[in-house]
Amino acid sequence: MIEVEDEAIVDQEKETYAHSITPQNSLFDLRLAEIWRYRDLLMLFVRRDFVAKYKQTILGPIWFFIQPIFQTVVMAIVFGGMAGLSTDGAPPILFYLAGVTAWNYFANCLRATSNTFTANAGLFGKVYFPRAVTPLSVVISNLIQFGIGILLFLVMFIIFAFRGYELHPNSTLLLLPLLIVIMGFMGLGLGMLVSAMTTRYRDLQYLVEFGVQLLMYATPVILPLSAVPEKYKFIMLINPMTGVIETFKYGFLGIGTFSWGLLGYSAGFTIIVFLVGLMIFNRTEKNFMDTV
Amino acid sequence: MKPIIKVKNLSKQYRLGAIGTGTMKEDAQRWWYRIRGKEDPYQKIGESSDHRTNGNTDYVWAIKEINFEVMPGDILGIIGKNGAGKSTLLKILSKVTGPTIGSISYNGRIGSLLEVGTGFHPELTGRENIFLNGAILGMTNYEIRSNLDEIIDFSGCEKYIDTPVKRYSSGMAVRLGFAVAAHLDPEILVVDEVLAVGDAEFQKKAIGKMQDVSHNKGRTILFVSHNMASIQHLCKTGIVLENGRIVNQDEISKCINSYLGHNIKTTSRVIDSISYCHPKIKIDSILINEQESNSIRMGININKVKIVINGFLKEEKAISLELRIYDNNEIPLAFFSPGHKVGKIPVIQQGSFSLLYEMELPNNMNKGSYICDMYLTYPGQATWLTIPRAIYIEADGKSTETGMVFEYEKGAGFLFL
Repeated sequence: MIEVEDEAIVDQEKETYAHSITPQNSLFDLRLAEIWRYRDLLMLFVRRDFVAKYKQTILGPIWFFIQPIFQTVVMAIVFGGMAGLSTDGAPPILFYLAGVTAWNYFANCLRATSNTFTANAGLFGKVYFPRAVTPLSVVISNLIQFGIGILLFLVMFIIFAFRGYELHPNSTLLLLPLLIVIMGFMGLGLGMLVSAMTTRYRDLQYLVEFGVQLLMYATPVILPLSAVPEKYKFIMLINPMTGVIETFKYGFLGIGTFSWGLLGYSAGFTIIVFLVGLMIFNRTEKNFMDTV
Repeated sequence: MKPIIKVKNLSKQYRLGAIGTGTMKEDAQRWWYRIRGKEDPYQKIGESSDHRTNGNTDYVWAIKEINFEVMPGDILGIIGKNGAGKSTLLKILSKVTGPTIGSISYNGRIGSLLEVGTGFHPELTGRENIFLNGAILGMTNYEIRSNLDEIIDFSGCEKYIDTPVKRYSSGMAVRLGFAVAAHLDPEILVVDEVLAVGDAEFQKKAIGKMQDVSHNKGRTILFVSHNMASIQHLCKTGIVLENGRIVNQDEISKCINSYLGHNIKTTSRVIDSISYCHPKIKIDSILINEQESNSIRMGININKVKIVINGFLKEEKAISLELRIYDNNEIPLAFFSPGHKVGKIPVIQQGSFSLLYEMELPNNMNKGSYICDMYLTYPGQATWLTIPRAIYIEADGKSTETGMVFEYEKGAGFLFL
C-alpha cells in the first residue's frame, strides 16, 4: 500500500517541477530542442576552431589549399603516372582532386568528432551544455574548409574546361547538397559512436586513426569503381561512402557510375548511424566524467 | 512557498582504482542484469567514503541518500571536510555527472560556477572570450551583448580587451572569467570554491555581487567553501556533509558550529577525548567545575574554570598544564599556562596525585562558543597528556548598559583574556 502512495507522490512532483536530474537519460530522447537553445554556442565554437587554427601562421587560410593540392599532385604522379591506374578517362588531377576534396570532408569530420569526450574532458568536467554541440560544431567548421576545397576544385575545373578537356557536368550536380549532408552526418554519427565508446575503452581511438586511412582505399577516391575487379567489388559496394564519392565525380566529370540504389544505401546508412550515434552519445554524456 | 530545488535520495557511487582493468566483464554483467530487469549487482556493495580507512570493496559511495530542499531566494552553504562529498554534490547539481540513484527536481535554469574562465581559448581576445565563456555558461548572444560594457567594466580589463587572453596575467584572466559569470542570470546558481583564487578586494567584490544577486533578484544560490567566514557572511541556511551523508541541516551558524565542533560530543566526559597519554601516567578522572562533563557555560559573574586531574604516576614527573582556547573558526585566542606564572615547574612524586588549576576567564567574554585544548607537559621537553577539544565553553555574553550583548560570531567587539 505504502509503495503505491509513494509512486503517486513521485508522479505529482514530476508534474510540478519543470526539470529533473535522474541517473540515466532516456535512450530515445534526442534532445534536439536543447541543442537548438545552445545554437549561439555552436556558432562560437565554429568561430573559435576556425580562428584558432591558423592564428600565428604566415600563410593562414592558404593552408586550406595547400593540403589538397599536394595530396592530389602526389596521387596523380604515383597512381596516375607511375602505376598508370584508370581514371575513367578524366584528367587525373581533376579526378583525384574531386575524390580528395570529398573524402577529406568525411574523414576530417570522423577523426575530429571521434575524440570529443577525451579531448574536451577538462571543459566537460566543469560546466554543462549539451555535449552534442561540440561534435556538431566540428562538422560545421569542417564545412567551411570543405567549401574552400570546393572553390579550389571549381577553379581547377574551369581551367581544365578552357584547355579543351572533355568534362561532362550534369544534372546530378543538384544532389550536391544532399551529398554534403550525407558526408557530414555520416562522419558525425560514426564519430559520436566512437567517442562514446572511447570514454571507457581507448582502443577504438587508435583504430579510427589508421582505419580512416585504410578505408580510403576501399572508397573510389583513387581507383574508380569500374576499374575494381569483380572479385573485390563487394568490398567497395559495402562501403557507404562509395555511393557518395561516385555520385560526386559523376556529377562534375560525367564519369563512373551513378545509381540511386548506391546513393540510397549511403543515405539510409547515414540516417541510422546518426540516430544511433546521437542516442548513445547523449546517453554517455551523463556519466562519462567518471570513466574518461 | 514551494521549494525551488528538491533533492531526493541522491547517491553517487565511484569505482576505486584504475578503470580499464576488469571493467569489460563487469560491464557485461551489469548489462546482463539490466536487460533481465534486475538490480545492478554492483550497487549493493560499496561503503561510505571515509578516506582514512581502507575498505574491502572497490566501490565507494561518494554521497549516499542525500535529501534536502532549497527555498527560492535562499543562499545555502554546503560545508564539510575534504572528501565529504561536496564537490560530487555540486557536480551532480550542475549536470556534469549523473547520480547513481535518486533524483533532483528543480524549476528554472541552473547555472554553475565550478571554475572561472571555463573554456577560455588562449588565442582569442578578451572580448571574444567573453562571448565564448558566456555561451558555455548558458547565456545567449543577446544576453551577453546587452551586458558587455558592464562585464568589461567589472573585470577591470578595458585596456586589454582586444588582446589575446594568452597575454593576460593569471589574475586578469580570473577577473575576466568571474566578470562573465557574475552576469550569468539563472534562477539557481551553484558556486564552488571559486572565490579562493582572487585577492582580498576581488573576493569582497565577488561576495558583494552574489549577495546582490540573491537579495535584489531573488536568485537561489548554493555555495561551497572552506572559508567559514565567507559562508557565515553569505549564507542563511546550511547543510553539513560527512562521509557522503548529511549530518546536519540547519541555520548556517548552527551548521558551522556543528561542523567545527563535530568531534565534541558536548555530553561526553573530558577523559573520553584523550588522544595521547604517556605510558608512565594513568589518568583516573578529570573534573571541570566539579563535573566530569566537557561542556561548561560561562555567564555573568561565572567566569572561573576549576580543573582537577586525578591519576597515578609510575615515576616522578615535572608536570605543567597548558590550555589553548580557540574560537569557532579555530582561530587561537588565548593560551593559559600557570607554570609560567609560577616560574618553576612543580615536580610530582610517584604515586597517586591530584592536580588543581584555576583559570579565570574574562568577565566580559563575548557571547559565543569556544573550544579549549588541554595538555600536560614538561614545557619544551616532553608532552605527557594531550586532549584535543577537551572543553567546550558556551559563553552567554555580557550585556552592556545599553542592553546590548556582544556576540563573537557577529564580529562585534573583542574577547579580552
